[in-house]
Amino acid sequence: MSLGIFDIAGRAMSAQLLRLNSSASNLANAGSVSTTEEGAFRSLKPVFQTVYEGNSGKATVNVLGVVRAAMEPQRRYEPGNPLADDKGYVHVAAVDPNAELVEIVETSRQYRNNIEVLETAKSLTLETLRLGR
Amino acid sequence: MDRLDQYFGVHGTALTLRSERMQILASNIANAATPGFKARDLDFRAMLADQEQPAAATLRRTSAAHLSADSGGGIPGGRPHLLYRQPLQPSLDGNTVELATEQVQFAETAIRYRSSLSFLNSRIGNLMAAMKGE
Repeated sequence: MSLGIFDIAGRAMSAQLLRLNSSASNLANAGSVSTTEEGAFRSLKPVFQTVYEGNSGKATVNVLGVVRAAMEPQRRYEPGNPLADDKGYVHVAAVDPNAELVEIVETSRQYRNNIEVLETAKSLTLETLRLGR
Repeated sequence: MDRLDQYFGVHGTALTLRSERMQILASNIANAATPGFKARDLDFRAMLADQEQPAAATLRRTSAAHLSADSGGGIPGGRPHLLYRQPLQPSLDGNTVELATEQVQFAETAIRYRSSLSFLNSRIGNLMAAMKGE
């Protein structure tokens, strides 16, 4: 398989988009509660992996999968909550909203960088096609 | 060397090498968030010198297990002149991509690619004018 500049940037963009989607789900679920510890939401983290093209030095990104973060949901005493268990505790989703916001900013910046690469590559290809006219 | 190749000079080769380098830089930008990724770059000057003047004598290898004298960065079977970028501030996850550096290099390569294109364009224009004899 030969990697072109469009493949490299295109696959990186889909990986970044997946990262953005996971962060958005994490933020949306921040603060949600559950009766059981198992039922509580745990934040999603995509795992990126480099895909090399032999020894050519060209490489793109592959998403190995999405894993649950190792953070444990916290227990909070809320006897008035209809979701509370028989002892009056609810389990709060294991999400760090600050970390997720930072993640979103970084993801959008890297996504934009890949768009920039694509735009430059596109215009240079078109100029090369017009060579000699 | 062909007369026509001679007329176009170094610009044809430079164009190919610059597009190669842009692909390497695009790989670096694509892997900005991959833990453990090491940013790489091509030594353009050395590559161009290689293309212009092929080495007078090379070592002959009689077995596949022999190491090549010109292996990339000391890695057997590696590509020559493909080096690793030295990070200004290495990050904890082992990734050595620094977006500012990569973006500047990418922009510079794009401009240099464009200048090679315009040199080629003017050469082709001259050739056309000579052929038409107007």
